Amino acid sequence: MIRALLLAAALLAAQAWSDPLPSGTIWLSDALKAQQLDPAVNPGMLWVDAGARLWNEPPVTGPSPGATCAACHAAAALTMRGVAARFPAVADDGALLNLEGRINRCRSEHQGVEPWPYESDELLAMTAFVARQSLGMPIDVAVDGPAAGHFERGHKLFHLRQGQLNLSCAQCHDDHAGRRLRGDVISYGLGNGYPIYRLEWQSLGSLHRRLRACSLGVRAIQFDYGSPEYLSLELFLAWRARDVAIETPAIRR
Amino acid sequence: MSTRRQAMTRLLAGACLGFAPAIVLATPAMRDQAIAELTGGRPVGNGKVTLTIPAIAENGLSVYTTVAVDSPMTETNYVRAIHLLSEENPIARLASFRLGPDAGIAQVSTNIRLAASQQVTALAELSDGSFWQDSKPVVVTLAACIDGG
Amino acid sequence: MALANARVSMPDRAAPGEVVEVKALMRHPMETGYRLDAMGRPIERHIVERFRVRYDGREVFSIDLTQGVAANPFFAFFLKATRTGKVTFIWEDDRGEVTTVTKSLTVTE
Repeated sequence: MIRALLLAAALLAAQAWSDPLPSGTIWLSDALKAQQLDPAVNPGMLWVDAGARLWNEPPVTGPSPGATCAACHAAAALTMRGVAARFPAVADDGALLNLEGRINRCRSEHQGVEPWPYESDELLAMTAFVARQSLGMPIDVAVDGPAAGHFERGHKLFHLRQGQLNLSCAQCHDDHAGRRLRGDVISYGLGNGYPIYRLEWQSLGSLHRRLRACSLGVRAIQFDYGSPEYLSLELFLAWRARDVAIETPAIRR
Repeated sequence: MSTRRQAMTRLLAGACLGFAPAIVLATPAMRDQAIAELTGGRPVGNGKVTLTIPAIAENGLSVYTTVAVDSPMTETNYVRAIHLLSEENPIARLASFRLGPDAGIAQVSTNIRLAASQQVTALAELSDGSFWQDSKPVVVTLAACIDGG
Repeated sequence: MALANARVSMPDRAAPGEVVEVKALMRHPMETGYRLDAMGRPIERHIVERFRVRYDGREVFSIDLTQGVAANPFFAFFLKATRTGKVTFIWEDDRGEVTTVTKSLTVTE
């Protein structure tokens, strides 16, 4: 009886410890929240629509012009459901891939065409479309086994003081989450709504674009789009966001 | 605020927003002139029009705005047009919606851009030639992490 | 990939005289012409100037836009359903580019 109670207490403690962090959406104004939730109003849906079209279009150039995404993956609503929730993930060759990287690998390995550059309309559209198929699903990435090394690096980077302002991610996004930074509220930096429609960009944009803006914000070196640094950080952020629902495409300021 | 200070603020606001220094932001006088041009000098009543806009806009690049006009929208009594006007943007007129009895309900929504904190005005023209307006102040904040990227 | 891309939400059926809500979203930078690029040169203005709605061939609603309308312009408005027909949404920009979306509205009791 005592053992059962102790076990129950331990499980409850573990549950409390790992309660999902709140998504940045809670700090949007009512008007922006309403816009995000209504696909008829959310501008990010324009890219999701474009992704849906690209899914069925053969790539522009390549040895197999007939190899559309649909040819292998059939209906995205079925086959892509849950995919975004487990990325970033480690490929068979040990490379850490985010959704953009996975899409581009499909392009080069299975469609025989050039990868789409970061922030291109096409990559944003396809990433948003695939992520959208996991709307509402809890993020659940693997950080053990082949992912362990990447996870450690991401963890380190998140807690590393950087730049002329000598700030780490953790100092804002753990220690001061929920508090104001001038007119804004600092979120937990979960990344559960990416690619996002950021009002500042007047466009949809990737997580790496946002990370580069963060790096610039503390006057630190901006790593490249798709860099190993941002990828490992993305994995760490996804672990921090475990059990948080995917909201792609989220609206942010 | 003195007019010199207002002018300075306007110039700085323009510079911060990346405007070429030669761009002149509007003034309430320019907005009033735009209204006069739309109304042909006819009087503008207060009432019938409800402008719904956040008191604090999180980002001036996109501010959700709704205008509703109390009108039966029949063949003989309807809203002909709804105009949105700014007193601080480089141009006073933001958008003009042209309706008619086919609209059914005289309500429109859009996202507008606001260059700085200001009064936004909604002006409605009815089928009987009368004009009505509603104005609301909006505080426009800038994002904390002004991107650059 | 074409920049022009639009999404319209409206019911496809209505009773005669029923007023339906329409939401129209279009992909467009609505470049103001005031911004400067990284070299300090003005970025040329590029905006949608007019949005029209034709119902069964007749223009029933339109909007004159300026650069005061946000990027990726969104409009919500209402339309009275009178007879079955096509509803066409047309965006015209200042470079002569035209984007069209057509929906069908079936009006029955």
